[in-house]
Amino acid sequence: MKNKMITINNNVDYEVKSLDVNANVQEKKQPGIVYLIVGILFGILLVKSEVVSWFRIQEMFRFQSFHMYGVIGSAVAVGVLSVWIIKKFNVKTIQGEEVTFSKRKFSNGNIFGGLLFGCGWALTGACPGPLFAQIGTGAFAVGVTLLSAIIGTWVYGLIRERLPH
Amino acid sequence: MDSILQPWPWYVAGPLIGLMVPLLLLAGNKSFGISSSLRHICAACIPADITFFKYDWRKESWNLFLVGGIFIGGMIASQLLMSSGSVVVDPRLQKELTSYGVTDYSNLVPQELFNIQSLVTIKGFVLMIVGGFFVGFGTRYAGGCTSGHSIMGLSTLQWPSLVATCCFMLGGIFVANFILPLLLQL
Repeated sequence: MKNKMITINNNVDYEVKSLDVNANVQEKKQPGIVYLIVGILFGILLVKSEVVSWFRIQEMFRFQSFHMYGVIGSAVAVGVLSVWIIKKFNVKTIQGEEVTFSKRKFSNGNIFGGLLFGCGWALTGACPGPLFAQIGTGAFAVGVTLLSAIIGTWVYGLIRERLPH
Repeated sequence: MDSILQPWPWYVAGPLIGLMVPLLLLAGNKSFGISSSLRHICAACIPADITFFKYDWRKESWNLFLVGGIFIGGMIASQLLMSSGSVVVDPRLQKELTSYGVTDYSNLVPQELFNIQSLVTIKGFVLMIVGGFFVGFGTRYAGGCTSGHSIMGLSTLQWPSLVATCCFMLGGIFVANFILPLLLQL
């Protein structure tokens, strides 16, 4: 229990909801198949829009194509609008719960980690989601990249107390 | 049907990707984010008594179903929804890549660079092993990736996510323009 408290107090990672003290963790559980289907849709989108392509990522970082900026920009626009509608009209989840949002606090990790991830993104041509999609398309060598990313996450967990946040 | 088989333009794919945000929120009150799946895999497989991995990953298992789905989605798209054409890239990039000997555009990932044999070369090692490590280490240090920060974080107007997104871009611009040209010449 003590260890868990430490994690919560230093929480700068808002993607693990069960560790977020502000989040509603009493929610009803959805069967995994629901998220599997959402993932399949997302995977198809990632491949068909070619945002998982190493070539598109190189074009983006060299400012040679508008494609990636268009995809991310219009995705954010739709996201902002959706969240606004959900908040404004108090739209409930399909199980009738209130939709909860966690407020992120700034940490220096946003800068240092962000720069490191940017470097990795340009090298591999992939963020974590696209890694899974790339392997799905048959680029099996990317499995090595994924394994290395898992090790990277693990090493971060190992030394995070010593890193500036 | 042909327009499905062709690559989808940004104004079709982008808004659909944006719809992932309300889809996950309304399906089960979940915040869109992929990189945490790597943390759950660590917590499930190699927790090694590290505080950061001591939590009940089963409560977050939805995220693992999501990435499993992404893998299957990638398979479906490449097997059933692709025309045989190669990736069309900007002529300036094509010219640059040709000078490094990269000429195969038949896959989304250049096979000449990303293959098991090249792992023993400096080029392949940096691209796949070092690159992958940076992706895993960096996203967790930053508290999210393109989906968690750039899409979900910006959609909820969180300024730390804007800072993170700008840093993703800065790091990527630096490596793509100054490091990769040196590396790919090797």
